[in-house]
Amino acid sequence: MTARLTAPTPAAGRTAALTRRLREAVGVERVLTDPAQLRTYECDGLTNFRVTPGVVVLAESRQHVIDTVRLCAEAGVPFVARGSGTGLSGGALPVSEGVLLVLSRLRAIGPVDPDNARVVVEPGVINLWVTRDASPHNLAYAPDPSSQQVCTIGGNVAENAGGAHCLKYGFTVNHVVGAEVVLPDGSVVNLGGTAPEHPGYDLLGTFIGSEGTLGVATSLTLRLVRAPEAVQTMLVGFRSVEDAAGTVGDIIAAGILPAAIEMMDALAIEAAEAAVHCGYPAGAVAVLVIELDGPEVEVDAQFAQVEQIALARSAFETRIAQSDAERALMWKGRKSAFAAVGRISPAYFVQDGVIPRTQLPQVLTEIGRMAAAVGLRVANVFHAGDGNLHPLVLYDDAVDGQAHDAEELASEILELCVSLGGSITGEHGVGAEKRMKMAVQFTSDDLDTMQRVRCAFDPDGVANPGKIFPTPRLCGERPGPRTGEHPLQAAGLGEVF
Amino acid sequence: MVVTSVERRPGTAEDAVAGVVPGEVVRPASVQEVAEVLRETQREGRSVLATGGRTKTGWAPPPASVDVLIDTTGLDRLVEHTAGDLVVVAEAGMRLSALQQRLRAAGQWLALDPSEPGATLGGVVSANASGPRRLRYGTVRDLLIGITVVLADGTVAAAGGKVVKNVAGYDLGKLYTGAHGSLGIVVSTSWRLHPLPATRRVVVLDLADPLDAGPLALTLARSTLTPAAVEVHATTGGSAVLVVVFEAIPESVRAQADATIALLGGGRQGDDLPVEFGQRPGGDGDIVLRLAFAPAALPAVLQALPAGTGVTASACTGVAYAALAAENANLLPAIRTALAPHDGTAVVLSAPTDLRRELDHWGPAGNALGLMRRVKHSFDPDGRLAPGRFVGGM
Ligand SMILES: Cc1cc2nc3c(=O)[nH]c(=O)nc-3n(C[C@H](O)[C@H](O)[C@H](O)COP(=O)(O)OP(=O)(O)OC[C@H]3O[C@@H](n4cnc5c(N)ncnc54)[C@H](O)[C@@H]3O)c2cc1C
Repeated sequence: MTARLTAPTPAAGRTAALTRRLREAVGVERVLTDPAQLRTYECDGLTNFRVTPGVVVLAESRQHVIDTVRLCAEAGVPFVARGSGTGLSGGALPVSEGVLLVLSRLRAIGPVDPDNARVVVEPGVINLWVTRDASPHNLAYAPDPSSQQVCTIGGNVAENAGGAHCLKYGFTVNHVVGAEVVLPDGSVVNLGGTAPEHPGYDLLGTFIGSEGTLGVATSLTLRLVRAPEAVQTMLVGFRSVEDAAGTVGDIIAAGILPAAIEMMDALAIEAAEAAVHCGYPAGAVAVLVIELDGPEVEVDAQFAQVEQIALARSAFETRIAQSDAERALMWKGRKSAFAAVGRISPAYFVQDGVIPRTQLPQVLTEIGRMAAAVGLRVANVFHAGDGNLHPLVLYDDAVDGQAHDAEELASEILELCVSLGGSITGEHGVGAEKRMKMAVQFTSDDLDTMQRVRCAFDPDGVANPGKIFPTPRLCGERPGPRTGEHPLQAAGLGEVF
Repeated sequence: MVVTSVERRPGTAEDAVAGVVPGEVVRPASVQEVAEVLRETQREGRSVLATGGRTKTGWAPPPASVDVLIDTTGLDRLVEHTAGDLVVVAEAGMRLSALQQRLRAAGQWLALDPSEPGATLGGVVSANASGPRRLRYGTVRDLLIGITVVLADGTVAAAGGKVVKNVAGYDLGKLYTGAHGSLGIVVSTSWRLHPLPATRRVVVLDLADPLDAGPLALTLARSTLTPAAVEVHATTGGSAVLVVVFEAIPESVRAQADATIALLGGGRQGDDLPVEFGQRPGGDGDIVLRLAFAPAALPAVLQALPAGTGVTASACTGVAYAALAAENANLLPAIRTALAPHDGTAVVLSAPTDLRRELDHWGPAGNALGLMRRVKHSFDPDGRLAPGRFVGGM
């Protein structure tokens, strides 16, 4: 929540001095301090968490990023990177008295290297631009979050973003092969590259999904995939959620790996229908959008098999896209689902739990029961193929206490996911929102161990503090006997830090 | 102080790791026992090295010391396999071959095909082992979804989980992949599985000039064909064979094999893999290198190697193995220099004993080496885990 300060604090003094140095380094016009301007950056896509940043820097070059991070490190002032601010877990939530480093103007996109199927991009490049530039070469960038028209590659990398097609193609981490990263002390490292592997630890894999807490990416090398020979999409209507969930299980059990299997329940369908008129089967209690891609003969054979599986589970309508336009409409209903819910409810929380796929029917029944118990409605939209649920908890913020009840319900749903062997987040990240929930999924030893990574990258904890972990770990020497030479000393890199 | 419950014995010459005989060999039967051993060695300041199937202990440089060798093969339980979820959780000492056998009954497999049949899951993770089908399925980093490790101080920690999609917390599985035991002992792993493909069809094409493999691989990569593997077995300056493997439903593999022959302008098809498929070149007297490079640079890579070098390349992925004759050991720096413009690196996998100590096994590790040292220090402040085996002498 936004706190207005009345008297200058030591931190405020430090920020003021830093602001002067930032202006010198990156130019006055790129450093914002006007309160009205600062407030436009007070939240990301998770609008119920708001903090006004101390300063905003609009970086336009890699050097601006390096200078800003270095100056922050010298001043001991925290910084938070921000792409498009579409994150749904408060990952780009600013730190008051801290610097918000906006990367959306770093938009250079390199020439596509068709032979190596690679392209180098700056972090502010919009996800969809990559496929736009790659498609003349029959290549595509596979990760396709529903927000792909607006979110940045830098934000995708920080969140390890997924998308409808990650069932077959994997997540951002499977498609980024190199990164230039400004570490929290202002130094620059290159992780990975163009080749598939490099000697040493996979710090690239470690960095991806670290939610801006290990440094700022200034350049990313992306792996592109060949566009498939054939794509077929089917929209299937069911009269029960169990039949839809059962169909998902049967498809997988038949050894078929679709490019995507997405599911929506009655409330989500109603919302999508109201918003984008996608023409989903009338009277459906659940729909599946199933897409297969690959060699034509394979897709044809398996597509017919999928249809049989759905019919055997009492599907009452199987509609096959006859054109790209029809396919786009099927996807439009699904991809607009979050925003569409705004049509049927004054307010809602988006959740992002994961469960083992086989638990799908039980979980849906249980969510329905939990929602009924507190008198709230939950619309379910999910990446059914990989068990990633997006329950949308609907509420009316004008009704006293409903926001609180909705938040509680959303939180209980996540605990349910964990109790079934799942996770509190499949693609939106932990951010500021779910960090307390990390202690439900992990032991304190697990979390301490993860923070050993943090201590190696950011011993002073200046990069996006207050995210992911319920409690920060102090990075110091641990007690215990020391034997042998320290690896840093051995390398002649001086004293223990 | 001695942990009495754990099975232990003095090390022998047979236990030697790259020529270093361990003081003691322990074989824990549970995660708790591994933790006990690590706490004990921490108190006593002794160095530790873990082994699995001992198929790759010759990989990486010789350790500076091995006071205690932890044999992880006692941790060999399959913890959980939910076929409907295509997920398996198994202890790190379980052999990959044993796991595959269990999964086969459910029509599934863990899509990793390294050449060592006796490898354990922990060994596969720690050495980042992969095989030809990496083209289709990726490598350990793409399939490992959860990990439990024991740190140098005996802390037992888990990351990831047993669902295929999960971004909660840092992905420690990535950090432990290819870490060669330098950050802790891997005790349990969870994996994303794939359905076993129904049929296979193989196209083999003989090439008079190995350099032709590059453009042909590029032609395949640019097509809409979906091979599971594209392998080149070559002798530089000599000849080569190109092997293209399709694994899918019958109608698909047949159509794709026919299309491949049309595209390549030749080749013969059959159901069986050639004997050399999935094998690395070279023998005990050779320096076996693992090369990684920008995928399209295969011709340049072949040209960087001296004539007569045996090479197995996963052509469309940018990974190859080369068997450098021992007398060419002095060419290693020049090979590295020639690969550098292609983001290429050459790592020594194995070498004749007398050459081991003089070779630079890893080569340059780039500008993140300092950061890697800080990671190592954060996990193993006393430098007791597999000392001297990792990049930069860590
Ligand atoms: C309608 C809608 C649909 C969505 N659908 C999906 C979906 O299908 N799949 C999915 O995964 N997500 C989805 N999201 C969430 C969101 O779009 C993604 O998390 C996206 O990756 C965020 O990108 P961004 O540029 O907006 O990042 P921001 O929100 O600005 O930042 C996200 C995080 O990244 C960090 N960061 C940003 N840039 C950098 C950088 N260069 N270096 C280091 N750290 C950086 C920030 O500090 C922050 O922690 C959706 C969001 C909306 C609003």
